[in-house]
Amino acid sequence: MSIITFYESILQYEFLQRALITSVLVGIVCGVIGCFIILRGMSLMGDAISHAVLPGVAISYMLGINIFYGAVVTGLLTAIAIGYISQNSRIKDDTSIGIMFTAAFAVGIIVITLIQSSTDLYHILFGNVLAVPTSEMWMTLIVTVIVLLSVYLFFKELLVTTFDPTMSAAYGLPNKIIHYLLMALLTMSTVASLQTVGIVLVVAMLITPAATAYLLTNNLGLMVFLAAVFGVVASIIGLYFSFTYNLASGPTIVVVASTLFAVAFFLSPKQGVLWRSIRARKKRALVVQSDS
Amino acid sequence: MLDDTLLIQNLHVSYHGNEALRNISFSTKKGQIVGIIGPNGAGKSTLLKSMLNLIPKDKGEINIEGKSIKEMREKIAYVPQRSTIDWDFPITVIDTVLIGTYPKLGLFKRPKKRERERAYECLKKVGMKEYSQRQIGELSGGQQQRVFVARALAQKPELFFLDEPFVGIDVTSEETIINILREQRDEGKTVFIVHHDLSKAGAYFDELLLLNKELVKYGSVHEVCRPEIISKAYHGQLSFLEEMGMTLS
Repeated sequence: MSIITFYESILQYEFLQRALITSVLVGIVCGVIGCFIILRGMSLMGDAISHAVLPGVAISYMLGINIFYGAVVTGLLTAIAIGYISQNSRIKDDTSIGIMFTAAFAVGIIVITLIQSSTDLYHILFGNVLAVPTSEMWMTLIVTVIVLLSVYLFFKELLVTTFDPTMSAAYGLPNKIIHYLLMALLTMSTVASLQTVGIVLVVAMLITPAATAYLLTNNLGLMVFLAAVFGVVASIIGLYFSFTYNLASGPTIVVVASTLFAVAFFLSPKQGVLWRSIRARKKRALVVQSDS
Repeated sequence: MLDDTLLIQNLHVSYHGNEALRNISFSTKKGQIVGIIGPNGAGKSTLLKSMLNLIPKDKGEINIEGKSIKEMREKIAYVPQRSTIDWDFPITVIDTVLIGTYPKLGLFKRPKKRERERAYECLKKVGMKEYSQRQIGELSGGQQQRVFVARALAQKPELFFLDEPFVGIDVTSEETIINILREQRDEGKTVFIVHHDLSKAGAYFDELLLLNKELVKYGSVHEVCRPEIISKAYHGQLSFLEEMGMTLS
């Protein structure tokens, strides 16, 4: 099936339009938040929170409320618990993350298998963007607006608390509140991505486009923009392959994002492995020449 | 008392239940370059962090121009140790200096043309204007340190705190930085520098604060740089005393 048929199908099928809009929004929101996550060295934290929303999702099902509320509560509680454990014992951050997110994830799986069929669990874990209901699409849109607005309004503060937290604390910024604000945005982005890529692969949408952008620019604003662009490109191309060849949507999107990263990793003009080795070789040749 | 810019009374600080600073009291007049010196583990960084209000104190008062640190914190510039900065961060030299204008901008306001001009001016002062578009990791150690001094200048502070600014930097950068700090001192600003050795203490500092958990001595370089006082802080560290003897003679 060609790109033209994909385009015609989008015009024709409403479920495909919803899938496209939702995955584009997810690409934007994860790319933007992901930049701050990777620059703060918190990629593992992103992984933890995405898994930790599972019990919240399960409990929301049980109570019959929107999964958003339960997910945000358990995601944030886990972030707080991780911080509490590493600050109040000799346990280091990565260990405390490992303990908390597996615990939350295990509880989530138990609860969800108690109340739902296993198909639902599969969709939550791996996403099914072709079955996004309208309500979820709106929720994703709201999350995107909240995240973009927060990052726009607090860009300066996010920049300085990420780059030089000592200075920001010295001039009176509440570093801790900004950290938990970021955790809240991260949790919301994760929940918004559940339908598209699923819990297990959300972290890829958070860190891969951001890392790709990180290789290409020395300007944080531009990095945030590029990460969103890469997120969107991965979503659209991934959705195309997913629809055309009947592949699982989440993994397909993630594979495209990873391919973009690989291209940047080898070909980025400044950081790319290829240009670096060429530059190194040229330099060596020059040294040899001047020796002889 | 009126020209006192910094007044510390009975300061006690502990870290996880371990005493780090005991009963520190001193006051500094305006327009001084003060060196904070002492052996490893003497609490130099802890003192700096308390003066910046970054760690809680057990007891005591810190006043800056008669006000609390909270009221004055926008007027305190901090130059961190180079080792604490992520030099791969996606930020250019000029944007790093621009951060110095953030404290006065407040929430939701972005740096505009006026702030940019100020940042360029400060970059020019440290002789780094032609590097403005470089990523900070592409600079040498001394150049990096000069950029952070430019950032401190952009803040238009009353007090400067520098944590080990001369570690691992070239002679030109060291001279540039000390000359700028002298200029600031002559304009009535107060400069605190945490410094790890005494070799250039006499040349750089007007006053010295010799620390070893408690205040061993605070005074002019001549008052502090005496073998009997220094050995009180560095008891047992013989090699260091020998080095001292050489520089004092």
